[in-house]
Amino acid sequence: MRSASRLFAVMRKELLQLKRDRLTFAMIVGIPVMQMLLFGFAINTDVRHLAAAVANQSGTHLSRQLVADLRETQVVDIRYVVETPEEIEELLRNGSISIGIYLPPDFDRRSLDKRRSAAQLLVDGADPTILGVANQVRNIPLKFDTIAAEPKKAATFEVRPYFNPEKRSAVFVIPGLIGMILTLTMMLFTAVAVVREREHGNLELLINTPVSTTQLMIGKVVPYILIGLVQLALILTVGDLLFSVPIRGSVLELYGAASVFIAANLALGLFVSTVVRTQFQAIQMTIFFLMPSILITGFVFPFDGMPRIIQYIGEVLPNTHFIRLTRGIMLRDASLFELREELLALAIFTVIAMTAAVLRFSKRLD
Amino acid sequence: MKFYCCSVKAVNEQSEFAINASGLTKRFGDLTAVDHLDLNVPRSLVYGFLGPNGSGKTTAIRMLCGLLTPTEGTAQVLGHQVPGDANKLKPKIGYMTQKFSLYGDLTVQENLEFIADIYSYPRSDRRSRVNDLIDRYDLEAQRKQFAGTMSGGQKQRLALASAVLNRPQLLLLDEPTSAVDPSSRRDFWEKLFALADAGTTILVSTHYMDEAERCHRLAILDHGRKVADGPPSELQASTGMSVVQIETRNTFAAQTELKALADVRSVTQLGIKLRVLIPESVSDPLELVNGVLSAAGLDAKSSLVSASLEDVFVAVTEQKRRLEAAA
Repeated sequence: MRSASRLFAVMRKELLQLKRDRLTFAMIVGIPVMQMLLFGFAINTDVRHLAAAVANQSGTHLSRQLVADLRETQVVDIRYVVETPEEIEELLRNGSISIGIYLPPDFDRRSLDKRRSAAQLLVDGADPTILGVANQVRNIPLKFDTIAAEPKKAATFEVRPYFNPEKRSAVFVIPGLIGMILTLTMMLFTAVAVVREREHGNLELLINTPVSTTQLMIGKVVPYILIGLVQLALILTVGDLLFSVPIRGSVLELYGAASVFIAANLALGLFVSTVVRTQFQAIQMTIFFLMPSILITGFVFPFDGMPRIIQYIGEVLPNTHFIRLTRGIMLRDASLFELREELLALAIFTVIAMTAAVLRFSKRLD
Repeated sequence: MKFYCCSVKAVNEQSEFAINASGLTKRFGDLTAVDHLDLNVPRSLVYGFLGPNGSGKTTAIRMLCGLLTPTEGTAQVLGHQVPGDANKLKPKIGYMTQKFSLYGDLTVQENLEFIADIYSYPRSDRRSRVNDLIDRYDLEAQRKQFAGTMSGGQKQRLALASAVLNRPQLLLLDEPTSAVDPSSRRDFWEKLFALADAGTTILVSTHYMDEAERCHRLAILDHGRKVADGPPSELQASTGMSVVQIETRNTFAAQTELKALADVRSVTQLGIKLRVLIPESVSDPLELVNGVLSAAGLDAKSSLVSASLEDVFVAVTEQKRRLEAAA
């Protein structure tokens, strides 16, 4: 009874303070919406409109037809028409184009030769994504007017894209973005909330009262779980309205998974707050956790493509498991039961981080 | 009946002191912040800690409420061992930190209600207790004001109100008046005496002589050590020093002359007056002073006066340094 009243006192105070902190309140709404807009539109793995240059030394009908076909694919955007491959190299070097198309004087003759390529693509290979696009362009067919085109050989594999047949990047990016946004805001809010009390001296007063460490910690965490869920609702709404991101699985299960994930980040934030001394350090520490949560969790790069050791590190991060949960529930209509291992990992992380935070938080000053 | 009386007496004897500490020591690395402090604070008194900044007042208070673990020594506060039994002690003490430590973004009323809930103050009496404190500590006009926007005196009254909310038996006040104007300080001390009258033991640290003088008992701390302990009047009577007050136009020259004397322990200037401390072992301090000053051709009027608390402070800290220099 007594402990409940203390717990509620801490929660009530936390909510009151939050209500009055206009900037933080604005951040709760602002960060998710801004990042959704920014990344929802910006992150695009389906590359189009690469800046290109053409050097057509052949000038035949066939060669002009090929350039027109390339332009039609919209993969390249031909901005420069030059005379020599050297000029293309120059444009590549100074960054004006990512792709150069060189058609040699004997293009027509070469195109009939089965053993040789008819033309060259000069690619800025520094960016593997662009190289990948170049490989798509490679097999564009030539349209001979007079000679009947040879029957096209069928590819060994037929590719059937499941879950995102229109290949819209937003559909893939936004479920991952939820984890990133929640990691940032939840960790930061709790870490700063505790450290601020320490900096302002409130903690010295609090630890001299009968309030226990557990009451203090849980009282600080619970209001932010609610805020995290509000953020999730916001993200899902914007995702639906602007990017038509589907939720194919159960919405309730999605919120359930998110609650555990939010708790994991809050516990981590609390732990951070027991390690650092100033708000500035708390922010640095949050960024230290945020960067790998973005880069090695499968949000940006496919998880399976990373070296084994990095995968192990990735498995420790809550966002890795949460991204699997959100993509599973939202895109693949997976049930929480099928994804139970991910949920269990999040729960274990929460318990460990919370215990560490409570143990490290001392009701003493030394 | 007789048995009953005896047992009451036994309890009283046991709890005659609110604080018993012996050999309390705290080291931070090479720095000894508190050095073998022995302390007996009787109940229902205002007990002062007088000392300059860095003398160990805050560290001592923090050890007594269980915030810091002593490096050596033991302390019993209200019958509880600290820091071991600190959790049982916490509901019984009120603590006012040196820096304002309530929430600046909560109102006066919200702060007090929060503290009431934290102490599990009975919900049914909470409202009347908060109103009572707002009334008693003159905070009615600030009831709905954010604590962060209040003046130093108002913040201090709020801090005291929240420290006494749970009716503690012991109040630990760490330099409570350092950010407050003189008239607020007067009010504040009246409130402290009212609390002591009602039975609360108050340990208050200060670096103001006038405040120290108002305490029932006083411990003077210097470099972590207790150099004097007793009622202020007793301390003043037993400095072991004669205090000579000199009025002269040429205070600077007079100071130079007097400081050169081996028997002069300290010279303090107060406007056109000088206060000179000379050990009682010198049989006629007036003659000593007059002799030196007239030999130097300085026109001065001197007289013996009784020691002020500041003289006591200078005398005890000076003695300590001399002993150390000798050793």
